[in-house]
Amino acid sequence: VRRSTESPIVRYVARRSVPFIQLYALYVLGHGEDGPGGGFQGGVIFASAFVLLALANGWAYGRRAAPARVLDPLLPTGCMVYCGIGLLCWLAGGAFLEYAALAFSDDPHAHAHWRHYGLIGIEIGVMITVSSAMATLFFEMARPAQVQAHVDDVGEEVGRD
Amino acid sequence: MALLWCRMNALDVGFTEAAVGAGISTVLMLAAVRRVGRHESGGGRRSGVAPALAVALVAGALLYGARDMPRVGDPGAPAHRAGTVAQHYLAHSMEDSGSPNVVTPVLGDYRGYDTMGETTVIFIAALAVVLLLRQAGRWPRGPRWKGGAQ
Repeated sequence: VRRSTESPIVRYVARRSVPFIQLYALYVLGHGEDGPGGGFQGGVIFASAFVLLALANGWAYGRRAAPARVLDPLLPTGCMVYCGIGLLCWLAGGAFLEYAALAFSDDPHAHAHWRHYGLIGIEIGVMITVSSAMATLFFEMARPAQVQAHVDDVGEEVGRD
Repeated sequence: MALLWCRMNALDVGFTEAAVGAGISTVLMLAAVRRVGRHESGGGRRSGVAPALAVALVAGALLYGARDMPRVGDPGAPAHRAGTVAQHYLAHSMEDSGSPNVVTPVLGDYRGYDTMGETTVIFIAALAVVLLLRQAGRWPRGPRWKGGAQ
């Protein structure tokens, strides 16, 4: 994990794969209602793109693509999206996480719609937390010994090897 | 494992198993091994009898419990009986939330609290790792509270 792979082919392919992996992660997220998938799986796949980047191009390269100053605030954001949707339902007059309350009508069709939207909303929250948590877990555990804490800026020096 | 879940038509679980069990946790395990070193340090040689006994006991209890599990696809299994929540979920998830995949509404709607707790657990896990490992880098001579808090 510390140093990058020698082979330029591996490094190039890893770099170029990232957008495709992450696009697939978003597809998995969006597809969760129709088939297997959802926020959790999507989040893990999203984070695995950064892991691949770090494995092939070195820890610092991957960390620069997903720096702590971006990932750290995202960790609680997902939970807050989830709880926030729950609180919105509560403010709208329903129970906590009762998405149907957001419809503001008695029409069962509208209820179904809003439960669907609520589902998508919380899945997005799950994905935000899961992907940032998985990437953070990896980067913190794989951090090379010579890189001290609060690393984003140190990454520059280490990245040169 | 992922194939086993797919064999039981639990595609969502199989998917998760493939992504987390085979993917991320392997990488995390390797990272952890690289961090702590490959060999045990000190401690001397201890007898392996007690751990082996504990493992055998737990395995025996699990095997004994597994005898009571219903067969795969058994129509008389508790989850398949009429009048349970599972039947309600299967029958109503489409009209309730317009989602063809029944797993998603069960996780996110009917059991929304569970999934919220699950997300919070992951958040706390990441938080703990960040707190422990980042501080470890900052204080090379051990945690500050050892000397300071007396």
